Amino acid sequence: MSDITLDTAVAKAPEAAPRTAPLSQIGLAGWLRANLFSSWINTAVTLVVLYFVVRWAIGFIEWGVINAVWSVPDNQSQACRDIKGVGACWAVIAEKHRFILFGTYPYEEHWRPALVCLLFVGLYVVSAMRRFWRKELALIWIATLTVIGVLMWGGVFGLSYVPQERWGGLPITLILATFGLAFAFPLAILVALGRRSKLPAIKALCVLYVELIRGVPLISLLFMASVMFPLFLPEGMNIDKLLRAQIAIILFAGAYLAEVVRGGLQALPKGQYEAADALGLSYWQKTGFIILPQALRLVIPPLVNTFIGFFKDTSLVLIIGIFDLLTAGKTAIIEPAWQGFGVEVYLTVGAIYFVFCFAMSKYSQGLEAELNRHRVR
Amino acid sequence: MSDNLVLEPGASVASTARTDAPPAILMDRVNKWFGALHVLRDVTLSVALGERVVVCGPSGSGKSTLIRCINRLETHQEGRILVDGTELSDDVRALDTIRREVGMVFQSFNLFPHLTILENCTLAPIWVRRMPKAQAEELAMEYLTRVRIPEQAKKYPGQLSGGQQQRVAIARALCMKPKIMLFDEPTSALDPEMIKEVLDTMVSLAETGMTMICVTHEMGFARQVADRVVFMDRGEIVEQGAPADMFENPKTDRLRLFLSQILRGH
Amino acid sequence: MSQTTMDPRLLRAPPKRKLRLSWADERVRGIVWQVLVVGVVGAIAYWLWSNTVHNLEVRRIATGFGFLDREAGLPIGESLIPYSPTDTYLRALTVGLLNTLKVAVVGIVLATVLGTLVGIARLSRNWLLSKIAGVYVEVIRDLPLLLQLLFWYAILQALPGPRQSLNPVEGVFLSNRGLKLPWLEWQDAHTYALLAFVAGAVGTWLWARRATALFLQDGKPRPVWPAALGLLVGLPLAVWAAFGAPWTVDWPALRGFNFRGGLTMTPEYFALLLGLVLYTAGFIAEIVRAGILAVPKGQWEAAQALGLRPGAVLKRIVLPQALRVIIPPMTSQYLNITKNSSLAVAIGYQDIVSIANTTLNQTGQAIEGIAIIMLVYLTISLSISLFMNWYNARIALVER
Repeated sequence: MSDITLDTAVAKAPEAAPRTAPLSQIGLAGWLRANLFSSWINTAVTLVVLYFVVRWAIGFIEWGVINAVWSVPDNQSQACRDIKGVGACWAVIAEKHRFILFGTYPYEEHWRPALVCLLFVGLYVVSAMRRFWRKELALIWIATLTVIGVLMWGGVFGLSYVPQERWGGLPITLILATFGLAFAFPLAILVALGRRSKLPAIKALCVLYVELIRGVPLISLLFMASVMFPLFLPEGMNIDKLLRAQIAIILFAGAYLAEVVRGGLQALPKGQYEAADALGLSYWQKTGFIILPQALRLVIPPLVNTFIGFFKDTSLVLIIGIFDLLTAGKTAIIEPAWQGFGVEVYLTVGAIYFVFCFAMSKYSQGLEAELNRHRVR
Repeated sequence: MSDNLVLEPGASVASTARTDAPPAILMDRVNKWFGALHVLRDVTLSVALGERVVVCGPSGSGKSTLIRCINRLETHQEGRILVDGTELSDDVRALDTIRREVGMVFQSFNLFPHLTILENCTLAPIWVRRMPKAQAEELAMEYLTRVRIPEQAKKYPGQLSGGQQQRVAIARALCMKPKIMLFDEPTSALDPEMIKEVLDTMVSLAETGMTMICVTHEMGFARQVADRVVFMDRGEIVEQGAPADMFENPKTDRLRLFLSQILRGH
Repeated sequence: MSQTTMDPRLLRAPPKRKLRLSWADERVRGIVWQVLVVGVVGAIAYWLWSNTVHNLEVRRIATGFGFLDREAGLPIGESLIPYSPTDTYLRALTVGLLNTLKVAVVGIVLATVLGTLVGIARLSRNWLLSKIAGVYVEVIRDLPLLLQLLFWYAILQALPGPRQSLNPVEGVFLSNRGLKLPWLEWQDAHTYALLAFVAGAVGTWLWARRATALFLQDGKPRPVWPAALGLLVGLPLAVWAAFGAPWTVDWPALRGFNFRGGLTMTPEYFALLLGLVLYTAGFIAEIVRAGILAVPKGQWEAAQALGLRPGAVLKRIVLPQALRVIIPPMTSQYLNITKNSSLAVAIGYQDIVSIANTTLNQTGQAIEGIAIIMLVYLTISLSISLFMNWYNARIALVER
C-alpha cells in the first residue's frame, strides 16, 4: 500500500555505518567476476569466445589492413591477384567508387547525384526530429523532392539533361525507398482504415489486397512489374522500368505498412472512438483529428522497423536489372580486370546499407524508450 | 479452524511459539550487498518453531531481501542462515530440502497464468513431492476449501480477483505442507476491500500454529497475530519485541517516526 | 458472469429499421460508398483485363496451361527427382518446387537452432557472449539479404578449384565446385534401419506419455532413457545387423578436373542456405529473447520457491508461457524463409521462381508463369496462416 520512507534528517537514532562490500564484489574486479568469471563454466565460455574473437579480429586486420592493396596504377589489378586470399584489394573500391555510388551518370555531373543523396539524408534527419512533426513537413517533402527531380533530370537552369536510363547507384536506392515510402504510407492508412471498416465490401477488398500481397514474395511482384505490366496497358502506351518497379514496391510496402497501422488502430482504447462519436464528429473528422494522430504515434517504432525492412528490400530490383546501389556494386566487378573481388565490393556496399539501417534502428529504439517513458508518466 | 472468522481489534491469537525446540530459522550476522549498496547489515535473527514474526520498516529497508534470503531467492554474501537445521549453501540438495519446507507468498501473487487454479496447487505436490495426481487434487481441494474458493478450481488465474488470486497463492504454498511460511507484502498489491479477505486467511492460518514470517504494513494484523515485531531500517534490525510494547513504547526515534508516518498514512 | 434467467420482457428482439432513401441515413451512405469503391476497383480491373486480352491477341500469344506438357529443354543443375532436359515443363516446375522446399525446410530447421542459441546467448549473464550475440543480431538485420547472398556466393566462388580444394577433414573437400562430403552407399538395410529409428522415436514418445500417466497415478517416477536408448539406438542397430550390416562409405575423390562420388552441396545451394540461415537466425534470436523476457521474473521465483528444480521450472512454467509469445512471430519467420528463398534466382540456384522465370522467357507465357509462382507461395502462406490461427486459438490465455 503506502510506501513509507524515513526522512534521514529527523531520524537521530544510532546507526551502524554501512560497510563497503568485500573487494571481490565491487570495482573492476567485481565486475569481471560477476560478468565474465562467475563460475567455471562461465569462465570457460569467456575464454573460448575471447579466443575466437581475438583470432578472427587478427585475421581480419591482417587481411583487411596489413596485407591489403589500397591502390593500383590504372586498372592494373595484377598486384591484387597476387595477394588474393591473403590481403584485401581495396584498390577496386578506389578505382570504382564513383561507379558504385552513381552508376553511369555522366562523370563530370556527379556532383548532382551527390547533392541529391545529401538532400535525401537531410530530409530524413528533418523528418526524424519531433519538433518538425507538423503540417509544414509535407511542404518540405514536396519542395525537396522537386529539387531532387530537377537535379537528377536537369534540362533547366543550365543543367544538362540526363535521361533516366543513365541514373544509377545510391540515388536510385534512395529514390525507390523514399518515393515508395511517400506513396505507400497514405495507401497503407487508407487500407488499414478500410480493413477496420464496417462496410463489408470495402473490408473484403482490403483484406484481399493485404493478404494477397503478403502471401507472395516481392520478387514475384517485381517480375509482374517487369514482364506482365506492359500487357496490362493499352497498346503503344509504355511506362519506364524504374517507375514500374516503383509501383510494385509501393503496392508491396503498402500492404505491410497497412498491417502495422491497423495494429495501432486496434491498440487505441475504445473510449477514444466513443468520445469522438459523442462529440458528433463525422467519420473523416473523427479519423483525421482524433484517431490517426494517436494511432500512428503508438506504432512509430514498428513503422520504423518496417521502413528498415523495406529499405533493404529495394535491393531486390537487382533481379529485374534496375541499376540501384547493389546492382552497381555487382556490375563494377563484371569487368575482367576486377573479376573475383566481390567480397571487397560487397563489404563496402554493405557498409553503406548498414549506416542507413543502423541509424534508423537506433532512432527507433531511442524513440521507443522515449515513448515508453511518456506512457509510464 | 473457524470458518467465518471476524477480525476484532484486540482479539489476539494465542501464541503457539515453542521456545524449547530448535529454532526454525537462524540467521547469524548476515550481510548482503547489491553492487556497492549494503542492503543487509549484520542481521541476526532467530525464529522459533510455531512463532509468528512480523517484519516492518520503511521501503528499501531490506525487509523483503531478508525473507527472500531465507529460501535463497537472493543469496547472502556473509554470515550463516540455517533453516530447520539445514544450512543454506551452494549445495543443491540442501536447497531442495529447504524449499520444500518453506512456502512463500508474493506481493504480486505470481500464479501461473497458463494453469488452472487446481493445477497451480497440484503442480508442486505432484512433481516435487511425487504425490499421485488424485491424492494431490484431493489435498488441493482441501486447502482451496480452507481459503474459501473451492468453486474456482477449474478457472484460470486471469479470471479471479486480486484477493482471490492471493488466497489461491496461499493455498498453493500450503499444498506443499511447509513447516514455515514466508509472506512478502501479501496485501500491498490489493484493493482495500480485498485486503481483509486475505488477512482473514492469514489469521486463520496463524491459529493452526504455523511458523510465519510476514513482511507487512498491516499493523492491525501484527497486533493480533504476531508474537514478535521486527523493525528494520536501512538494512539493519533496529528494534524488536512484542507488538504491544513496540507500538506503545517505541525505544528508538526511527521506530517512532515510522509509526507516526504509518498512522498518518492510514 | 451470472446466468440468472432473464425477465422475458428483456428478451424481445430489436425492431427492424426501415431503410430510408436519404443521404442522412448512415446505411445509405455505407451502401453508396461501397458501390463507389467496388465500382472504381472493378472498372480498373476490367480496363487492365481488356488491355491484356487485346495485347495478347495482337502479339498472338495463346493463353492457357497447355505449355506444361511440352518438352522443357532446360537443364537443371540439381534435382531431388530424376530429371532430364527432355522432360516436360510440368516436371521442371516440380523440380523447382522441390528445390524451394529443400532449401526452405533445411533452412527453417537450422535457423531455428541457431536463432534459439543466439537468443539465449543474448540473455546470458556472460557479458562477452551476450555482447557478441547482440552485435551479430544488429549487423545481420541491418544488411539486405540479397547482399548477404551475393557476398557468400562471392566467397564460395573465390575458393580454389577442385585440384587445390580445402581439405579440413579427411574426405571433406571445399572448393569453388561446392562442398563434398563422404556418404554411405545407400542400401535397403539402411532404409530399414531408418524406418526402425522412426518407429523407435514413435515408441519412445508413446512410452514417455505412458510413463507420465503412470507417474500421475501412483507418484513413482519411471525413467524414460533406458527405453529411449533401446528404441532409438538398439532397434535400428539390430535391424541393420539383421540385414547383414552393410557398411561401404562412398568417399569423394578427385578424378581429372572434378570430384566423383560422395555427397555434393553445390555452391549455389550452400550460399543460399548459409545466407538464409544466418539472416533469419538474427530475427529468430530476437523473437526467442523477447519470448523469454515476456515471462515475468516472479514466475521463476514462485516456481523455485515451490521447490521445482531449474529444469522443471523451464519445462512446466517458463516454456509454456514463452512459447505462446514466440510461436506466432516464429511462424511468420518460417514463412519469410520460404518467400526469401526466391532470391535464389540471383545466384543461380534453380528454385520454383527461377525455373518459372526461365519457362516464361522461353514460352512467352508471362501471365501463366507468374500465376504459378504466386499460386505456389499463396498455398504455402495460406496453409501456414491456417495452422497459426488454429494454434493461437488453442493456446490463448483465459482472461476475464
